[in-house]
Amino acid sequence: MAKKLDKVDVVVVGTGWAGGVVSAEMAKAGKKVVTLERGENANREDYIGVKDELRFDNRFEIMQNLKGDTVTSRNELDETALPVRTMKDFQLGVDVGGASVHWAGSTYRYWPYDFEIRSMTEERYGKDKIPEEMSIQDWGITYDELEPYYEKWEKTAGIGGEQDPLAPERKMEWPNPPMEETPPLKLFKDAAKELGLHPFQMASGNMSANYENPDGEKLNKCMYCSFCTRAGCDFSAKSDPLATVIPTALKHDNFELRTSSLARRVIYDKDSKKAEGILYTDLVTGEEYEQPSDVVVLAAFAISNNRLLMLSDIGEQYDPETRKGVIGRNFNGQYNSAFVGARGFFDDKKFNLYMGAGALGACLNDYQADNFDHSDLDFIGGGCIELRQYGFGAIASGQNVKDDTPSWGKEFKEESLKYAYSMLHVWYSATALSYYHNYTDLDPTYKDEFGDPLLRVTYKFGDNERNIAKFGVEKCHEILDAMGADHIEDDEVPDEFNHQYEGGHYTGGVIMGESSETSAVNNYLQMWDVDNLFVVGGSAFPQFGGHHPTPTIGALAYRASEGILKYLDDGGGQLVKEKKAAKA
Amino acid sequence: MPENKNEKQFSRRDFLKTTGVATGGIIGGSLLGGLIGFNLDDDKSGSGQGGDSSGSNGDNQADTLPIEDARTYISRQDDFKNLAAAADIIYPEDDNGPGATELGVPYFIDRQMYGHYGHNATDYRQGPFEPMKSDTHGRQERITRGEMMIIGLRKLSDVSQEEHDKKFHELEEDQMIDILKKFESGDVETPGMRSEAFFGLLRDLVIEGVYSDPAYGGNRNMEGWKMIGYPGPRMGWENDIASEDFLELEPESLRDYQGGGVTYG
Repeated sequence: MAKKLDKVDVVVVGTGWAGGVVSAEMAKAGKKVVTLERGENANREDYIGVKDELRFDNRFEIMQNLKGDTVTSRNELDETALPVRTMKDFQLGVDVGGASVHWAGSTYRYWPYDFEIRSMTEERYGKDKIPEEMSIQDWGITYDELEPYYEKWEKTAGIGGEQDPLAPERKMEWPNPPMEETPPLKLFKDAAKELGLHPFQMASGNMSANYENPDGEKLNKCMYCSFCTRAGCDFSAKSDPLATVIPTALKHDNFELRTSSLARRVIYDKDSKKAEGILYTDLVTGEEYEQPSDVVVLAAFAISNNRLLMLSDIGEQYDPETRKGVIGRNFNGQYNSAFVGARGFFDDKKFNLYMGAGALGACLNDYQADNFDHSDLDFIGGGCIELRQYGFGAIASGQNVKDDTPSWGKEFKEESLKYAYSMLHVWYSATALSYYHNYTDLDPTYKDEFGDPLLRVTYKFGDNERNIAKFGVEKCHEILDAMGADHIEDDEVPDEFNHQYEGGHYTGGVIMGESSETSAVNNYLQMWDVDNLFVVGGSAFPQFGGHHPTPTIGALAYRASEGILKYLDDGGGQLVKEKKAAKA
Repeated sequence: MPENKNEKQFSRRDFLKTTGVATGGIIGGSLLGGLIGFNLDDDKSGSGQGGDSSGSNGDNQADTLPIEDARTYISRQDDFKNLAAAADIIYPEDDNGPGATELGVPYFIDRQMYGHYGHNATDYRQGPFEPMKSDTHGRQERITRGEMMIIGLRKLSDVSQEEHDKKFHELEEDQMIDILKKFESGDVETPGMRSEAFFGLLRDLVIEGVYSDPAYGGNRNMEGWKMIGYPGPRMGWENDIASEDFLELEPESLRDYQGGGVTYG
């Protein structure tokens, strides 16, 4: 029997950027808030002195252990889904700070087109441009409306960057300057300019300067140590919740962080349509607790947000046959069709590729969103072409061989040593659009450690994903050619989603929009069906944009925080009036 | 590929490699006695290098090897020899430097199989298990990685016995390569798993053993890092990040980075 705890104003599930921002904003506003994190109470000390490639990049030290739960995955409705069993195939952030602790730091706002993709595509190219099975829709918020929240998050995070020559002019300068330009990045930019493109230095959540954010949190200038992606920062030099919003929240006595606390259900009253709190299990003792609250905020990964709503029987489950229902609709992510491009091998150049930082990079947006004419193209949307200098360990650097080189043996050894620091991968961070056939529900067979069903993902590519990837490969190839690569290997364009949930970019299933018929939450991320339940994070994206998701999650978290405070302080109710006649 | 086989001298590396693998289970006796017969005066080694040449006497041979070189997961000597032989095919000694066995990779793999990775402690482990059902769902076997390793290493000899009437590690290099290719392409039937899953596990572990921190038992004396030009973990590269020239440094290990040793109180 679960032990019932004292009621609080707000209970938050998750401590990544989504839950972290909401926690800090609630704490600052004086609300009594409890935040639950399933992972450990990790802090900076856990990341000091542990710069170890095998442990973090190959054994995924700070990712969620899948022992207790995972997802099952299939492409087609008539297939039996199989569980994704190893962390190599599924990387979920965990512990205090969530996935934001291991994010690389590359920072882009989504484009005005992304937020109104259906309207703007139909307007420019006609209704027929969007395939019938594609379920893309406008977000219910525009770029201009979201911009102030982007600014808030960028200031909290201390992002360093420069104006993208093709992006809408920024009203606010980036809080910090861009990172250093290294020889491979300069080579990329020079080649891109030669081709008439518009390269610039990627905006970065790795600090380019010492910085104090508006909440008074101090971050240090990044030292380019290379242990960034898949690792935690040992120097408070990466903008993550551990360096920013979590300490901000912890400064307030009205905030309490409970770790090793796995949310199992939203306690929900069907009659009053009110969320009453969270049922969670203490993963250390195994004891169950009920945490009652006035407002419940689900701010975990899209995977967990989807599953918690389904396990709690909240909202109508999406059905791909009837296309009715909203929970699980438009599940999406950047999988094997995103981040394909080409690899350039240089016979006479050697770069210091063991040095770097997660978001040390150069990029261009000439083939982004609707920045280029799609009239004669067999896809819509776009992506960003990037070259990163992450700082690679020896295991990773020891695998750079051309396609016709064997992956083991004498020739492998010779060639891999030759190109260890002479291979550059240019890729296209292509958008992934949503389809009526892609969704989540509860798996009929596989269970978690408590006997609850796992989330089942049904996902396959549309032609858009294959065609955009092919386009991206060609463009990356052209750039590497202009960079003077001696050999260029094009990445394989995948035929189908391969059930590898790498990269940590999972979205949708509890999407935002203009109508309760086609979306689960309004543009404050408040559920249409349940006024005191806010579902924050990547789960709200109706489809992917052509960039990494983090800054948009941060911005939406500030937007949601404003909504929660409005709800608490102005007498509750729906914050947004829905548009009844939803667009098809 | 099998060039110069007849001309090949028995090098100090081969000696270390052989003893490193052999001494685990056979005490003094015949095998070490046999090794004394090898001519150790290879040009590359020179007497005194590594401080081990003085001990070229059967009873003391094991003393010259790292005391950590003992198997704690793989019980059978023949399984371990197959592992070492396969590892050296996957990452051979050449003019660039040592191969897998000299780098300690077999012991690295033994320890990985002993630990949480070999026991799939972070995997979802509930059934039903359907390892043959999908080509793209990643690991689906019921067995652990450690169990897969043992089954696979024995299967290497099953196949070699059938084809050549010898154990895998007794084969010629070309023969070993051919058998490994069969595993790699999934052509060997093995209950409960795909042979390519075993090969992939083995291949990846060998490369990890060559290039991971010496703390894990491979990359011995950071020779793997020296070959590839990796400097090891450092505080940062702020001063060199924009440098045009490739910076070659003597590597430093995780122990160096952490300071090594324990003081407390």
